[in-house]
Amino acid sequence: MTDRDLALKSFALRRRMLRLIHEAGAGHTGGGLSCLDLLNVLYYRVLNVSPQTVDAPNRDRYVQSKGHCVEALYTVLADRGYFPDADLDTVCHYQSPYVGHPTRKIRGVEMNTGALGHGLPICLGMALAAKLDAASFRVFTLLGDGELAEGSNWEAAMAASHHQLDNLVAILDHNTLQITGHTREVMANEPLDEKWRAFGWEVRSVDGHDYAQLTAALTTPPPKGKPLFILAHTVKGKGVSFMENVAKWHHGVPSEAELAQAITELTAAEAKLKEAAS
Amino acid sequence: MFTPAAQAMAAQLGLKPGRANLEAFAETLQTLAQADRNLVAVTSDSRGSGKLAPYGKALPRQIIEVGIAEQNLVGITAGLAACGKKAFGVSPSCFLTARSLEQIKNDVCYSNVPAVLVGISSGVSYGALGSTHHSLHDLAVLRAIHNLTIIVPADNAETRAAVRYAAQATRPVFLRFGKAAMLDVTPAGATFTAGRAVTLREGRDVAFLANGETVVHALLAAALLAEQGVSARVVSLHTVKPLDTATVLAAGRECRAVITVEEHMLTGGVGEAVASTLLQAGLAPRFKMVGFPDEDTVTGAQADLFRHYGISMEGLAATALALLGR
Repeated sequence: MTDRDLALKSFALRRRMLRLIHEAGAGHTGGGLSCLDLLNVLYYRVLNVSPQTVDAPNRDRYVQSKGHCVEALYTVLADRGYFPDADLDTVCHYQSPYVGHPTRKIRGVEMNTGALGHGLPICLGMALAAKLDAASFRVFTLLGDGELAEGSNWEAAMAASHHQLDNLVAILDHNTLQITGHTREVMANEPLDEKWRAFGWEVRSVDGHDYAQLTAALTTPPPKGKPLFILAHTVKGKGVSFMENVAKWHHGVPSEAELAQAITELTAAEAKLKEAAS
Repeated sequence: MFTPAAQAMAAQLGLKPGRANLEAFAETLQTLAQADRNLVAVTSDSRGSGKLAPYGKALPRQIIEVGIAEQNLVGITAGLAACGKKAFGVSPSCFLTARSLEQIKNDVCYSNVPAVLVGISSGVSYGALGSTHHSLHDLAVLRAIHNLTIIVPADNAETRAAVRYAAQATRPVFLRFGKAAMLDVTPAGATFTAGRAVTLREGRDVAFLANGETVVHALLAAALLAEQGVSARVVSLHTVKPLDTATVLAAGRECRAVITVEEHMLTGGVGEAVASTLLQAGLAPRFKMVGFPDEDTVTGAQADLFRHYGISMEGLAATALALLGR
């Protein structure tokens, strides 16, 4: 799949995710839109995973630490064929297995997450298991800006370089907004590149909506013995004008009219890209 | 740990001195790890207090050090278990079950990975060090979490069996071990089954339902009571969850009084589990819970605290006599 194919797919995924959130009446819209391109490139280009090999010991592992953006994950997994698209209509419904945070009950989900600051330590354990077995699989986690205030991340950051886990990749969906507002105001976490470098990580700073940059950063191996931190600069609410960089869309649910407008915008942008492609 | 009278009673009963359950744990784990390269221990600067230094020397590739970082310890243990490792996360129970409770709840129990968590130096093993180092809350918080088998062995034999059980379990397990040298209370040839209590002594007047390092004191108290014509049953309720309700109910039906004994706060411990089991079955024997009351816990050596709170041969016998109105 070319970069342009992935970019075109992203419009369909964004529309589907927004419809899902609208139907569910709940969800994390802004963060879902900001991490969707990351998931798109992971599941279609980077991760050695497939619906046919969900139990293969040597599959890559992806653990979504920012579990609240589960709607983006469910949307990409459904598109990738892990389960029928119709299942997405049950997200957050009474007794549906598709609860509002990732659970292993869903095909393709590796761990139950949702409480913040849990994904990275779990991924350390997985990466250590690979090292102990001399297995070649890699382990990926997706972190959010706000959750970096959880101390457990920094326990894990320290241990990852101590144990030389160069098979571990932490991607930060760096949209700089959390539920209350800008991280600068809530709990300043910059300079993130220097912090992660100081903890012994290889740090790569990329545009989190640029497929070529993401692919290069995620597929080029880090120096031997160094875990890899991808500082992915993203836009919260990416792709929908009235949602972009607006903190209230952290878990805002689009109304019927807002959904229609969002879909119109995404479809227009998609048409424009198609036109440019032809 | 024991008064001269209790020591004499132990000798009379032929109870052989054992080692600390912690040592029996470490030795068993090393034996299992030597036979199974898939088994790993994870420690938080705790290999010394976990008696795992010899294990670490013998099997350096099967021990993972995470530093003093209990949240990370549990997350890593869960991640290892999720990738097929038989992972034992070992840390003082006071820290393991408080600081990393959310990781236990979510990463291990909710995610349902077959990790084993080992709370070492539990209860008031560090009695003199103050409440920061007491784990008198651990069973209460863990009991409230779904999908966790909780085992508190009474002696070295139960410890060895519990470790072997945990190593092959397919769901999360918590084990709790203290530091004091134990007496062997398990009869030769007894079999260990998780979830099934062991009756160490039969009796009809009163039943002591105890676990962990308190069991031996109940056994000595039963012998002392026998000298006074009181017949006391002693049960090692080693599995706190799932509770062996059949054995608990049998005690409630067959004995005039039931006394629970635990190295834990009375709030949320095994005593309350037994009480609710009895009441819901319509049984109301004379009942007393012995353990740590809801107060600023006195500090001192474990033996001092046990005596202070009545967990001793003399204290438990007196409690039984009072409960029976004698």
